[in-house]
Amino acid sequence: MANILEIKNLVVSYGGIEAVKGIDLTVEEGKIVTLVGSNGAGKSTTLKSIAGLVKPKSGDILFNGQSLLGKSTDQIVSTGVTLVPEGRRVFANLTVEENLRIGAYLRKDSIKEDMEEVYKLFPRLKEREWQLAGTLSGGEQQMLAVGRALMAKPRLVMMDEPSLGLAPLVVKGIFEIIKEINRQGITVLLIEQNANMALKTADWAYVMQTGTILMQGEGKELLENEEVKAAYLGKAK
Amino acid sequence: MKKNNKRESIIIAVILLVVLAVAFYLDAKLPSYHIAIKVIKKAAVYSLVAVSMNLLNGFTGLFSLGQAGFMLLGAYAYAVLSIPVDKRAGVYQYFNGGIVKFSLPEVFSGILGQNVGSVVGMIVALMIGGLIAALVAYLIGLPVLRLKSDYLAIATLGFAEIVRAFFQWNALGPLTNGSNLLKSYPDLGGASSYLILIGLFIAIILLLVNSTYGRAFKAIRDDEIAAEAMGINLAHHKRLAFIISSFFAGVGGGMLAMYMGTVQALSFKSTMTYEILLIVVIGGIGSITGSVITSFLYIASLEWLLRGLDSGEFLGIQAPGLFKNGFRMAVVSVIIMCVVLFFRKGIMGDRELSDLLKSKKHTSKGGARNG
Repeated sequence: MANILEIKNLVVSYGGIEAVKGIDLTVEEGKIVTLVGSNGAGKSTTLKSIAGLVKPKSGDILFNGQSLLGKSTDQIVSTGVTLVPEGRRVFANLTVEENLRIGAYLRKDSIKEDMEEVYKLFPRLKEREWQLAGTLSGGEQQMLAVGRALMAKPRLVMMDEPSLGLAPLVVKGIFEIIKEINRQGITVLLIEQNANMALKTADWAYVMQTGTILMQGEGKELLENEEVKAAYLGKAK
Repeated sequence: MKKNNKRESIIIAVILLVVLAVAFYLDAKLPSYHIAIKVIKKAAVYSLVAVSMNLLNGFTGLFSLGQAGFMLLGAYAYAVLSIPVDKRAGVYQYFNGGIVKFSLPEVFSGILGQNVGSVVGMIVALMIGGLIAALVAYLIGLPVLRLKSDYLAIATLGFAEIVRAFFQWNALGPLTNGSNLLKSYPDLGGASSYLILIGLFIAIILLLVNSTYGRAFKAIRDDEIAAEAMGINLAHHKRLAFIISSFFAGVGGGMLAMYMGTVQALSFKSTMTYEILLIVVIGGIGSITGSVITSFLYIASLEWLLRGLDSGEFLGIQAPGLFKNGFRMAVVSVIIMCVVLFFRKGIMGDRELSDLLKSKKHTSKGGARNG
């Protein structure tokens, strides 16, 4: 299949400090691709520049062959790329239903079916339809954040640390959902510190360190890699 | 949820009709200078301005303190456009009768007949005031809306002060009458006409708040970054909220001018903005019902019910030594402190009238929250 996302020699700097130092990355359509690495490796910055929240210094980001550089976030969302931001960031004082409607903000067509689709994926959200999002548990908020992103009908969903701060059992559930979303034909680009789970789930993985890509390969292959094991999985060489 | 909607709408409609009926009754029974009529008129105007401020501060999360400035623009626009032509020489006595040589109520009277025409003319003048405020909001919004929280508040407060000084400038005298009063312009009528017109404006704001745009505003208030990631254009929506809020503040300013009978830039001080902010906070940030109820409570107690505290007798208690000038404000301050202490989120929190009427099961708002 074709590459839905291509990043070419991307450089991003905050002030004088380069957070991303010229990376190349491709995401094949219909796959789950993950970007693992420790704190400050530049993972989030990479996602933010794809979403248009951060302006890159140089390089190019192609979505479906079209450059996303210079486009505003709303234009990028309407081309089919949505970000599930780090730390869930649901709209706490809006109801679950309103949160989902915000997800479909840029769509002009009917959203009723997609809403049902999201509720089918997350029955818990249906139960809490009229509840304020701030009253949900962490796991439920993460479901809502994912559901909200799906409401934009994206072709590519980017998730920034979906397992952050969640109980292990809930994390497992979240990864099941990621696989389910992928089965429905949506490409997923996933950032994780929980390298173990991410590598098990992903078709293709990139390992990032201090702004550069250290290695890449199939998820399961990297899981066996001695260097990765030592650095990210907490297993000795 | 849906089932209750009909019952709620009926109850709300009944409440509004009763209020309106009372206003009509008072208009018919009492002279127009009676304190009850005055209080209703002023409170209605304040509720419109408070709701417009709530749209910005409560629903969009932009802390702006420029309300008095936008009200001033609306007030001057209304006054300048509706002073009758034959009175202009008297009003603009230091500026050769001013440069505006027409009066909208008179122009429309010529087209639509005396009564209808002059009301239409007054409303058109109010709208023009609102539009001027909106236009100015657009222009100052370009630089100012890049600022966040307190910085935005300081910048908008500064704007309001500049406008106030600017309008007293002698060089603008032919238009604004410099630092002199503008007067002799017509008033819309009794308390009921104020309530109808302002009810209409507030209904428009209510529709806006419950629309897709309103939801986007609330999303921005809750989490700017997430809202942006969902494809909400922050700059565009903030500007929109600022312009709409200023429009209604301008209209409210025009109506305040009508109510007061005279306009002078000097009276649109920052204290006016603080008064309105107080109403918004006490009513509940993010509750239109709260702003309206508090406007009426605040104006009624300040202008009427607590007057006795300044003049020697209150609730039948005679204490000329204690109840003298200024004691009223001391009591008001204590009341406000109590409200702030015991109603942390204001009288209404972020609930509306319709939320109060709903069965308990569906009102998760205002309940316990765990982030």
